[in-house]
Amino acid sequence: MVKIHKKTAVITSQVQLTEDIYSMWIRDGETAAGAKPGQFLSLYCKSESRLLPRPVSICEIDKEKGTLRLVYRVVGGGTEEFSHYNTGDTIEVLGPLGNGFHAEGSRAILIGGGIGIPPMLELAKQLDCGKRIVLGYRDITFLDKEFEKYGKVSISTEDGSSGTKGNVIDAIKANLLEGDIIYACGPIPMLRGVKAFAMEHGIKAQLSMEERMACGIGACLACVCKSGKKDPHTNVNNKRICKDGPVFYAEEVEI
Amino acid sequence: MRKRSKYSYCSESLRKDSGLERYEWNMNTKVNIAGIEWKNPVTTASGTFGSGLEYSEFVDLNQIGAVTTKGVSSIPWTGNSTPRIAETYGGMLNAVGLQNPGVDVFVKRDIPFLKQYDTRIIVNICGKTTKDYCDVVEGLADCDVDMLEINISCPNVKEGGIAFGQNCCQVEAITKEVKKYAGQPVIMKLSPNVTDITEIAKAAEAGGADAISLINTLTGMKIDIHKRKFVLANKTGGLSGPAIKPIAVRMVNQVAGAVKLPIIGMGGIMTGEDALEFIMAGATAVAVGTANFIKPTATMEVIQEIENYMKKYKIEDIRELIGCVDRV
Repeated sequence: MVKIHKKTAVITSQVQLTEDIYSMWIRDGETAAGAKPGQFLSLYCKSESRLLPRPVSICEIDKEKGTLRLVYRVVGGGTEEFSHYNTGDTIEVLGPLGNGFHAEGSRAILIGGGIGIPPMLELAKQLDCGKRIVLGYRDITFLDKEFEKYGKVSISTEDGSSGTKGNVIDAIKANLLEGDIIYACGPIPMLRGVKAFAMEHGIKAQLSMEERMACGIGACLACVCKSGKKDPHTNVNNKRICKDGPVFYAEEVEI
Repeated sequence: MRKRSKYSYCSESLRKDSGLERYEWNMNTKVNIAGIEWKNPVTTASGTFGSGLEYSEFVDLNQIGAVTTKGVSSIPWTGNSTPRIAETYGGMLNAVGLQNPGVDVFVKRDIPFLKQYDTRIIVNICGKTTKDYCDVVEGLADCDVDMLEINISCPNVKEGGIAFGQNCCQVEAITKEVKKYAGQPVIMKLSPNVTDITEIAKAAEAGGADAISLINTLTGMKIDIHKRKFVLANKTGGLSGPAIKPIAVRMVNQVAGAVKLPIIGMGGIMTGEDALEFIMAGATAVAVGTANFIKPTATMEVIQEIENYMKKYKIEDIRELIGCVDRV
């Protein structure tokens, strides 16, 4: 009856990618075995003053080694704490949680914005179809070289320091990218732009959403997003991002 | 060197790996609240456990004394805008706004789910008007649930909720009205956001309440100094978690001295030791809330740790501990 529980994972490496972005590999065979691209883990702080788990998306999965890669931005005390962990330290994790992306179509456009970029890496690795990858940054780029193994990468930066100046949609237009399925993760304004672009061109889109979470398993109703239709579970026009998502079809969510 | 008192112990000694659970000690953990017997004094705090479905993947619901559901209203409620939660030092603010699917879906879906388990079912009820509360209470009168908990203390909704819970006349009046329609014992859930909690408790008792639960969350606020904005879309939220526990224990103790009703104590319970503080302060039972978010198995751990305490101190009956300290 009791199916999942918190695990103690071992950190197998931790490196700093940019001023505030870190890449950490953790090992827990069972957690890695069940993981899919687009899912996330709840990470627990050691400090008892920081109660709530931090939801962090899965960047890469190595089922053979039983490891998972988490690339996260330091945004507060909790992620700051994670950034100080060293190889051999342990971390309490719960997951994999949420639904993840699912493969469809034959010509995919993968779009990642900011800290929404990491989950697209495992997806890029696993998708067995034609794919173009679009990565949007404010200025400093990260992970972009790693994506090149899996498809042609187009970059946008807000300050124009790399790739197209502007946002991911500007990069898509500048590079005349076409596809029959869009996968995207990033900040809400970006997802709003992706949804509009997808609707305009009649392309299906799977969007990975983000919100402040508490339980991470669908009970507390903290991390909801507006849905177009009444949700069968909540019986109102709200979907639970942690449980029903984080990946939704563009038409399912009002953003 | 300080002499060790016979009650001193390492806090870790009640934890699961202490070996205490391996030796036999015949004890009673059953408690009786308003005529309803629970197999142990632990329930879930409303709003932190849904209707048990999600947590049933982590917790054997058969082992919990009672499951208290998330608040249910007469019609579906959408709740507040997001962000709905914010972490604070040793606690969290929430302003979910009592999103719920409404009593019809709840009765058809959630009650049958909970009936599969050998646990008491306490339905938490919210409303904007007295009629709203009474409609739900009446709708549940013939349902196979064990107790009703009336939320007159939610700080996150504009109408109803806390507005009923901060005024003695209103508390007495709504308790009386609800009791007219209730088919089950009625627990009134009190707000700590009042000047004198004992006056409110007495009003609930005068209105005919069968039990009292406290505390609901304390109204709080968090500001994002980088954005110079409130963190919560609702601006204010209810503070819960270990940060509020000493306030909750004090209020339970005060209320225990003011009324004869059984009390369900809650507010920041993370461990069996925390639960025992509430019980000794005067609570017959306790509810585990925010801890569920941090340790999905928190309820079961609290039960185990209470039992470990009873073994350690050779307590035969949990009732020996209820209110074993003085009243303030």
